[in-house]
Amino acid sequence: MKKMKKENEMETHSDVKAKVDSQKWFYTDIVKDHFFNPKNFLSEKKANSYKADGVGLVGSPACGDMMKVWIKVNKEQDKIVAMKWSTFGCASAIASTSMLSMMVNENGGMKIDDALKIKPQDIVKRLGDLPTRKFHCSVLGDKALRAAINDYFRKSNQINRMIIEGSRLIDKETGVTDKDIEEAVLEGADTLEKIQQKLKVGVSNKVCIPEVEQLIRFYKEKYFG
Amino acid sequence: MKEIYLDYAATTPVDERVLQEMMDYFTKIYGNPSSFHNKGMEAKNAVDNARDRIAKILNCSSKEVIFTSGGTESINFALKGIAFANKERGNHIITSRIEHHATLNVCRYLEKKGFEITYLDVDKDGIINPIDVEKSITDKTILISIMYANNEIGVIEPIEEIGKIARRKGIYFHTDACQAAGFLELDVNKLGVDLLNLNGSKIYGPKGIGLLYIKRGVEIEPFVHGGGQEFGIRSGTENVPSIIGLAKALELTHEEMQKNNLKLINLRDFFIKKLLKIPKSRLNGHHEKRLPNNVNISFLDVEGEAMLLHLNEKGIYASTGSACASQSLETSHVLRAIGLPYEASHGSLRFTLGNKTTISDIENVLSILPNIIETLRNISPLNLNMEHYK
Repeated sequence: MKKMKKENEMETHSDVKAKVDSQKWFYTDIVKDHFFNPKNFLSEKKANSYKADGVGLVGSPACGDMMKVWIKVNKEQDKIVAMKWSTFGCASAIASTSMLSMMVNENGGMKIDDALKIKPQDIVKRLGDLPTRKFHCSVLGDKALRAAINDYFRKSNQINRMIIEGSRLIDKETGVTDKDIEEAVLEGADTLEKIQQKLKVGVSNKVCIPEVEQLIRFYKEKYFG
Repeated sequence: MKEIYLDYAATTPVDERVLQEMMDYFTKIYGNPSSFHNKGMEAKNAVDNARDRIAKILNCSSKEVIFTSGGTESINFALKGIAFANKERGNHIITSRIEHHATLNVCRYLEKKGFEITYLDVDKDGIINPIDVEKSITDKTILISIMYANNEIGVIEPIEEIGKIARRKGIYFHTDACQAAGFLELDVNKLGVDLLNLNGSKIYGPKGIGLLYIKRGVEIEPFVHGGGQEFGIRSGTENVPSIIGLAKALELTHEEMQKNNLKLINLRDFFIKKLLKIPKSRLNGHHEKRLPNNVNISFLDVEGEAMLLHLNEKGIYASTGSACASQSLETSHVLRAIGLPYEASHGSLRFTLGNKTTISDIENVLSILPNIIETLRNISPLNLNMEHYK
């Protein structure tokens, strides 16, 4: 028994713990269709002559994903009647923005209040799923759309309706938000290990780790070049 | 659809001649080389013979060739084996920032075990300066490990010069030659290395087989404990068919090296020249000090995984340093080390040519890739200034 215990102790001190996170490199047919035949995109060349009521831009080239959204609004109906987009990024970034535009444009448009409620999960569901590691980093279309709606609110003097994106919950188990991670990076925690020492983020809820890593890189790039 | 495979640095198909030579060792000469009977003797002779043939190419003694399961194992063996056997003499190891993950992750592991690692920078072309190696040496340095040629950008490192420094200072010198094998000279004396590894799957040999050259007299810990095979330092019943395959593959690539290199360099340079005609593109890695088969180019305003998926749809197989295509979602550490900004790393493509690559393959890619880039740029909001990425 004594020997057994010692072995267990050794296990907890081992350098690397066995991990089960083999993920398949896989896109659904719907993702591929939207990637190869993107819908409702607007090329930069044509963007100048496109009369949009609101424009939103999120992401950064350094992060590997950047999205721009243009909307036309019917003010009386408080409804987005057309959404266009452009995207720099991987297949899932392009496909998810394309899908979002389809969701907004179908059935003659979408009420602004409904558009504001779109979550990444809603887009992924319509895409029939995405590889987990792609989920957080590449689905930014909803944020670009909200930015465009905010732009519309600003331009149409509806300042009271503007929603300033506050902090975003990253790990529901620890309550850590993106702002917490931003601050931790500013304080010098520049690796996942160091962030976890500080915040315990993703220690038990491992699903959020890819997003945490993405944010670490993003803020490192932003503040330290 | 005709498939165009341009990912030979990831792995190569097995050469028919290699496969042929291996076949008998699955069903006919199947003995265990350790067995005391004719069946075992046959197998032992075959392994000995393969070892002799390899030793001839490496210009070393047969007893200095240890068979392993591949490149990663060989690197683990070399680094951990030297570190743990020589820790009384010192705890410092010198390597570079552009090594394969096998090397880098063993180094990180060794750091946790109390070793100190110097990760040398490279210049903007990816070349290590031997003077930096010399300057990093302390009285605690026990090992220098520098790759012969890089897997991502194909740059060839000044191994001979570093070898001279290592010899003069009396420090063990290891080189990872997985990518170099088949393209560059492997004479261990000329290179001045104490340890060198290569594997079968990059030289038209089988996967799951590699070797580690360990110079006689080098103090190294056994890596796999067991029945005492491989001179007692890497136990386990020999993978006889693959050992035969590795020897044959190494012989063939060595014999045909000059001829193939000439052909590949011509193809490569034609390919690079044409690719650089695509607006906002740049070659990553040194132009001349580069493996004959490696092309690594960044295209601004587009992302690598998206390009790969388009190419894949056309039956063209390549690779990228973009974060989006990696398990870790990290951009290539090699592209970062040559100072390439993240956004340009995301847009990198690596094409690695091989002995089946033809000019019409290259022309085919050249007729398709510009349209793919154009399509993706058309839906991209980015318009980076090329001046910042030259």
